[in-house]
Amino acid sequence: MIQALPTQSLINQWVTICPIEQILPNTGVCALVEGQQVAVFRVGDGTEIYALSNYDPFSKAFVLSRGIIGDRNGIPKVASPIYKQNFNLQTGQCLDDETVRIPTFAVRVIEMQVQVSV
Amino acid sequence: MTKKTLVVIGNGMVGHKFLEQMIAKKAIDDWHLVTFCEEPRVAYDRVNLSGFFSGKTAADLTLVEPGLYQDHNIQIYVGDKAIRIDRDHKTVTSANGITIGYDNVVIATGSYPFVPPIPGKDTQGTFVYRTIDDLEAMAAHAKSAKVGVVIGGGLLGLECANALKHMGLETHVVEFAPRLMPVQVDDAGGTVLKNKIEALGVAVHASKSTTAIVSENGRVTKMQFADGDELQTDMIVFSAGIRPRDEIARDCGLAVGDRGGIVINDHCQTSDPDIYAIGECALYDNRIYGLVAPGYTMATVVADNLCDRGSNAFTGADMSTKLKLLGVDVASFGDAFSKTSGAKEFAIIDSIQGIYKKIVVDESGDRLLGGILVGDASAYGNLLQLMQNQIVLPPHPEDLLLPPREGQSSFAMGVESLPDTAQICSCNNVTKGQICSAIQEQGLTDIASVKKCTQAGTGCGGCVPLVTDLLKDQLKKAGVEVKNHLCEHFAYSRQELYHLIRTQKIETFDQLLAGHGQGKGCEICKPAVGSILASAWNDYVLNPPHVGLQDTNDAFLANIQKDGTYSVIPRIPGGEITPDRLIVLGEVAKEFGLYTKITGGQRIDLLGARVDQLPLIWKRLIDAGFESGHAYGKALRTVKSCVGSTWCRFGVQDSTSLAIEVELRYRGLRAPHKLKSAVSGCTRECAEAQSKDFGIIATENGWNLYVCGNGGIRPQHAQLIAEDIDKETLIKYIDRFLMFYIRTANRLERTATWLNKLEGGIDYLKQVVIHDSLGICDELEAEMAHQVETYACEWKTTIDDPTKLMRFRHFVNVDQPDPSLVHVEERGQKRPAFDDEKELVITGERS
Ligand code: SRM
Ligand SMILES: Cc1cc2nc3c(=O)[nH]c(=O)nc-3n(C[C@H](O)[C@H](O)[C@H](O)COP(=O)(O)OP(=O)(O)OC[C@H]3O[C@@H](n4cnc5c(N)ncnc54)[C@H](O)[C@@H]3O)c2cc1C
Ligand code: SF4
Ligand code: FES
Repeated sequence: MIQALPTQSLINQWVTICPIEQILPNTGVCALVEGQQVAVFRVGDGTEIYALSNYDPFSKAFVLSRGIIGDRNGIPKVASPIYKQNFNLQTGQCLDDETVRIPTFAVRVIEMQVQVSV
Repeated sequence: MTKKTLVVIGNGMVGHKFLEQMIAKKAIDDWHLVTFCEEPRVAYDRVNLSGFFSGKTAADLTLVEPGLYQDHNIQIYVGDKAIRIDRDHKTVTSANGITIGYDNVVIATGSYPFVPPIPGKDTQGTFVYRTIDDLEAMAAHAKSAKVGVVIGGGLLGLECANALKHMGLETHVVEFAPRLMPVQVDDAGGTVLKNKIEALGVAVHASKSTTAIVSENGRVTKMQFADGDELQTDMIVFSAGIRPRDEIARDCGLAVGDRGGIVINDHCQTSDPDIYAIGECALYDNRIYGLVAPGYTMATVVADNLCDRGSNAFTGADMSTKLKLLGVDVASFGDAFSKTSGAKEFAIIDSIQGIYKKIVVDESGDRLLGGILVGDASAYGNLLQLMQNQIVLPPHPEDLLLPPREGQSSFAMGVESLPDTAQICSCNNVTKGQICSAIQEQGLTDIASVKKCTQAGTGCGGCVPLVTDLLKDQLKKAGVEVKNHLCEHFAYSRQELYHLIRTQKIETFDQLLAGHGQGKGCEICKPAVGSILASAWNDYVLNPPHVGLQDTNDAFLANIQKDGTYSVIPRIPGGEITPDRLIVLGEVAKEFGLYTKITGGQRIDLLGARVDQLPLIWKRLIDAGFESGHAYGKALRTVKSCVGSTWCRFGVQDSTSLAIEVELRYRGLRAPHKLKSAVSGCTRECAEAQSKDFGIIATENGWNLYVCGNGGIRPQHAQLIAEDIDKETLIKYIDRFLMFYIRTANRLERTATWLNKLEGGIDYLKQVVIHDSLGICDELEAEMAHQVETYACEWKTTIDDPTKLMRFRHFVNVDQPDPSLVHVEERGQKRPAFDDEKELVITGERS
């Protein structure tokens, strides 16, 4: 199991969002966790999983979970479905505009259940 | 040995080039170099000055790498003007009171814009166009202006008009001569140019002499002309020619021309052999060169001569120019006005497309002397090479202006046939030989490094296509594969991937990546491969191995809108719809609160559907007999129709029935880009078939087929490929045409762009599609037959499969729509709220 780097040091509480098979390989879903829209991505067909904010600061719409997943020079990333800016799945850093970075969240897979902490 | 001192007056493009040459020649060991720079900044790229208005900053335009002068001990006085040369004591003195003793002086003071002595010329709101400071002042004034006028319709004037237009002003050009660009273009070319530029929304006033500029409250308000006309305006830019800045030379008694300019000899020496003049301030053979390339040559000549006396000479320069003015290509080269005795001219004028081409050849018709191109200057590079290298012309020189004769290839000059001495880049005087040896010796493989190593292509950019051809040719000769890679994950072109997928029967992206790629893929290769797989196997695009490949539009079978909602466009074949179906659309729109609009493609768009509503909406539509319109896919969109012979008194065939048949045949077909079609019932062409990827027009005897047209960003008319054919032949040709396009085009390349790049153009396409010159037509037809047989409505497949519907939720963990969506009402329908409205809606001030 691989876990994304949490941005905050304190992990409050894990919230189970869905079984892993509900996220088709190489796609994302959106979850509502304590009032926040969290985009959860499954890279490959195993348990490599990342969580970012679902808010796309460029289009100002909550859509990132519907972007295409891939990599740039080995860095896993998602491309916004609206204007195609790319975000590093590990850090939330926008790869096309160094001044933009979006929040990331802690995420893990326990007994095939995906859990997020905000 | 003590160093000698050299003072360079002026740090413009040419002054800087000279210093660069001195550095390159290692002359700084022998010389102490000092330069005065009047402007508040070091040399910058004046040729690309207009880039300032499209976002380039002073820093982007600079020509001087930071630290370059310091590193080479060049003393520069920025913002200090040289005011006096004392030839008796051999000193130069500046406005700030600095005096430098010299051994030699190089004057590179450039020129200034001429402002005609019109009353009111100094009013607030009048400008010239020469320096970054000028442009900053213009931009500040333009903020409070609506109308702008350029006085002078030459090269610079038109460039300036473009800048005014970009700033959003109503733009006028006033020219004293009867035509635009009087120096470069003849009457016929001037007329074509004027029409083109007026079509772009710039008003052209030729043969107008301005007599006064009138102001109100100290600001420009209008101008008056000799013929009594007037023109209201908020700002005026003078672009009425340039005058050499020779004052410092005049004052110290150097020879200057009658109409200005510092007289120089072949070594660029002035009447004082210790003083040189280069660039736009210099007068050679009674001529001022208002272009940068001759100035650069002069800079090289002086640097050569200072280092090795008498080693190089200036012998005049070619004034050939090619520019894109307001998006219109204009080129003028050599003896454009047939001044050579016995010269003959050939010209073509296409007033519909706005193209004028003229060539001037010598008496015997063997050599090209010059020419003018307006509207389409794609032949410039070739023609210039033919002229400069004195290449013997084909038997009919006029062929150079026309598309190739039937069955012949065009007389285009391949780069490989040029001699090594051929000058490829005239801005920087770089020859073919120099570029080739740089490529070979330093193993260059991309255009950026060729530019960096050789400087070719770093000036006006006009030679870049030729340099690119040279690079490709060299790489091919060296056995290096020329890269046309899709992205970092696949070292193949789209065409190669298509071939791999077909021949190896590859069915998924993962299989392809494992066998032929690397990494995880990206938003470029995934949709491209998804599209190829669909074109080849027609598998349902939301099957698990494919779903992650699709752009969001395909992934949710609907077009995403700016707020993250989607639009629904059912197929309405040929634009024909029954009243009952219309009612269903109305009911569904009402029930789900969708904004409703007639599209430009003869169908109906329901907008504002949330992702969770899509399946519910489609269930209703499918029950009523609708199917997906693929408005979201790079796929066949619409086949527009007109009412045709069924209703119309002019119609000669039933265009509506044919449009429906064609649309149903190709529905769902995925391609490198979207495909559009139309069928008109007679030559009146109400369905606009000639603006489509494939268009059909009825004739008395059958149908005419046109291919490779589009509207959109760069409209282009479709071209006639077959005439008076029956329906079976028509369908056969379209099958072949579409499949050939799908096989060979690049990703996101529409048919028009594809044809433009296809070697041999429409004639070649005719050979392939009609005469089966490649012997692949059976295959192409079979591939299309497979597509037609395996068609299934994607929305129906989706609705019928509950596991597929799982994805159509906004949240995976709660049953709730996206709470961020806010709509407001406009003209009785809803639309997405603007940012500033969102808060009002939330606080209840707007519904
Ligand atoms: C809905 C519609 C506008 C309307 O309200 O009328 C439309 C809407 C869009 N057009 Fe269009 N185009 C529409 C007719 C046209 C037409 C007119 C026509 O087809 O007769 C053209 C010019 C003709 C042509 O394509 O040659 C047109 C030329 C474009 C282009 C430029 C294509 C080009 O090659 O230059 C784009 C951009 C692209 O595809 O890359 C585009 C792209 C788009 C997109 C998909 C932009 C996007 O990515 O979001 C718009 C989707 C809006 C939406 O979500 O529904 N749309 N678009 C029309 C849908 C027709 C339909 O029934 O399917
Ligand atoms: C908008 C625009 C577009 C152009 N487009 C093209 C093009 O497409 N192709 C092309 O070939 N050419 C083009 N040109 C012309 C090209 O810019 C000039 O040919 C080139 O800049 C000439 O170089 P120069 O060094 O002689 O003069 P400049 O670049 O004008 O440099 C002269 C410098 O000397 C300074 N100076 C003058 N007197 C003194 C003094 N006494 N002491 C100290 N400094 C002094 C001036 O302030 C100036 O900075 C364009 C020009 C403009 C304005
Ligand atoms: S194209 Fe011809 S048949 Fe069709 S509507 Fe126009 S005039 Fe009538
Ligand atoms: S010819 Fe201008 S950059 Fe080469």
